Amino acid sequence: MKSLAELEAIKNKMKNQVGMRKEDDAHATRIVVGMATCGIAAGARPVLTALVEEVAKRNLAHVTVAQTGCIGMCKLEPIVEVMAPGKDKVTYVKMDAEKALKVISEHIVNGRVVTEYTIGATEE
Amino acid sequence: MDFARSTVLVCGGTGCTSSGSQKVIKEFETQIAAKGLEKEVKIVQTGCFGLCALGPVVIVYPEGAFYSMVKPEDVEEIVSEHLLKGRIVTRLLYDETVQEDSIKSLNDTNFYKKQMRIALRNCGVIDPENIDEYIALDGYKALGKVLTEMTPDQVIDVIKDSGLRGRGGGGFPTGIKWMLAAKSPNVIGKYVCCNADEGDPGAFMDRSVLEGDPHAVIEAMAIAAYAINAEQGYIYIRAEYPIAVKRLQIAIDQAREYGLLGKNIFGTDFSFDLGIRLGAGAFVCGEETALMTSIEGMRGEPRPRPPFPAVKGLWEKPTLLNNVETYANIPQIILNGAEWFQGIGTEKSKGTKVFALGGKINNTGLVEVPMGTTLREIVEEIGGGIPNGKKFKAAQTGGPSGGCIPASLLDVAIDYDSLIQIGSMMGSGGLIVMDEDNCMVDIAKFFLEFTVDESCGKCTPCRIGTKRMLEILEKITQGKGTLEDLDRLESLAYSIKESALCGLGQTAPNPVLSTLRYFRDEYEAHVVDKKCPAGVCKALVSYSIVADKCKGCSLCARQCPANAITGEIKSPFTIDQDKCIKCGACIEKCKFNAIIVQ
Repeated sequence: MKSLAELEAIKNKMKNQVGMRKEDDAHATRIVVGMATCGIAAGARPVLTALVEEVAKRNLAHVTVAQTGCIGMCKLEPIVEVMAPGKDKVTYVKMDAEKALKVISEHIVNGRVVTEYTIGATEE
Repeated sequence: MDFARSTVLVCGGTGCTSSGSQKVIKEFETQIAAKGLEKEVKIVQTGCFGLCALGPVVIVYPEGAFYSMVKPEDVEEIVSEHLLKGRIVTRLLYDETVQEDSIKSLNDTNFYKKQMRIALRNCGVIDPENIDEYIALDGYKALGKVLTEMTPDQVIDVIKDSGLRGRGGGGFPTGIKWMLAAKSPNVIGKYVCCNADEGDPGAFMDRSVLEGDPHAVIEAMAIAAYAINAEQGYIYIRAEYPIAVKRLQIAIDQAREYGLLGKNIFGTDFSFDLGIRLGAGAFVCGEETALMTSIEGMRGEPRPRPPFPAVKGLWEKPTLLNNVETYANIPQIILNGAEWFQGIGTEKSKGTKVFALGGKINNTGLVEVPMGTTLREIVEEIGGGIPNGKKFKAAQTGGPSGGCIPASLLDVAIDYDSLIQIGSMMGSGGLIVMDEDNCMVDIAKFFLEFTVDESCGKCTPCRIGTKRMLEILEKITQGKGTLEDLDRLESLAYSIKESALCGLGQTAPNPVLSTLRYFRDEYEAHVVDKKCPAGVCKALVSYSIVADKCKGCSLCARQCPANAITGEIKSPFTIDQDKCIKCGACIEKCKFNAIIVQ
């Protein structure tokens, strides 16, 4: 270890791995993936993996990705819900890995809900 | 594996290891592999979470699900339900965290709510065998700051201003100790040592810090070395702590590999290296001069002070010796500043203190609370009270050097000075809770037996004096004591305190003195009435059968190993006092509460 910069580099590399072990703070955005049998059968696993990797790649320290059970609308699986502090919950349906990446870049990073994927859009 | 979506933390501290956490980890590895989740789920073995009574403890993040008493056969369910399908296995959750719609945060449970973790902040959070995880949580940042931005004097000033006092028991201001060691001229070498020879019965704070966060101690020792201008350090740790020794060695090796120990750390002129020295388990080696004599390779015996270690210590060189928990506070004080630390605790005792809760208490385990927390909060709220609805009788702090705190003083705010005032001491942090079934004379005898065993024999007051005290106590518990014996016990205790060579002897009479002070009536009951009110001292109790309650079932008679119980079926049985060995086996078996102890 010859400089503080080296130390900082290790810290940044590791931040995402240990970041989730903190108790949820009020400023954190939670992305929840439905991972019941229905969700898994509809392809929730690649969605979850894509979300986790993208969050890590972009160093989004304030975002946690979690899984949950059946959300109740099995025909719309894979379902991803985004819960940002102080905002209404947004439910995305019929997701895939590619759509997941777009949700991260548009919604999580830039704050623009991807309306076309939301449950509201499907119902119309 | 670069990114894991879930992390399974399994406690690998000594408490959980003894309740089988290694098997649980193995089973997690097997089950996770069987479900093909190796790439998604990371298993981390951590240090102590604190709730040892509920071990093995497992936490799954990001959900923060706290599973307690997990058996290997439960693992399959956690993996297939929680990790695969995202359904938390409610039946295995720590009861208190179960809510109707979500999991209650662990920090809101009674056990954790009043705690504040500084020394234990990484215990149960990081993998102690992975230096990167320590670095991720600001590890070695304090060392970097000290080496690049601060002069040794500035470091000492911060520690002095913080008000940190030695956590090993004595409570000497740490900053002053550092200043004295820094002032001593460095002729050919100075040393920085860490006292990890935690010997009090029932104390395991230092072990948990070393098992859960060894790098914090290494970092702090490097900071101390910079402050006092030393290049070599030693950690003296008891060989009975194999997990701590192993993790410490791994941590030292990793720190060396990263250049955080060794030559020219962070590209500066500062060099420092560390070695581990194993203690063979003598209690006296926790005393600073005996510890250093033992590191030198000689028989662990204390030597007179002055000269103090800061002037003439290890190999007659100026030496700084601090306890594990003291060191664990240092990096945080450097990073957050003296004022931050000053804001925690009481006027004269700053910061937090770790206690090992044991004895008659529901939540046996490790707790860290701000100084000034009352004993009642620790026992009733954090500790969850006394099991089986029994009443609190006393708490013993400070191990064989400390004393007993009676129920009437439950609301005393715990800090160094208030404990001394009531005749006990902080000690290293063992806190043993006793209920109405404990005999206080017997407790005093237990601790004195310990010091008699552990006395090194170098000075007469300790070697012979404590032995004589123990003989008097034995006489009392056998019902042969007199009131004069109590006075003799007391005067002997005071002479030993004044004349013994080292801390071991000077504090050895404390358990006797404090029980005499608060529970004299119990001593008198033993001496005058020849009775042991708690029913512990065998010579003073007798077992008998209440004829009205006895149904004559013969269960007790069949249980009695001495064939002391006789009688005819369906009529009351009797106990032959000459044959009775007072083992209590009959009481446990009787379904009608017909057997009483007097």
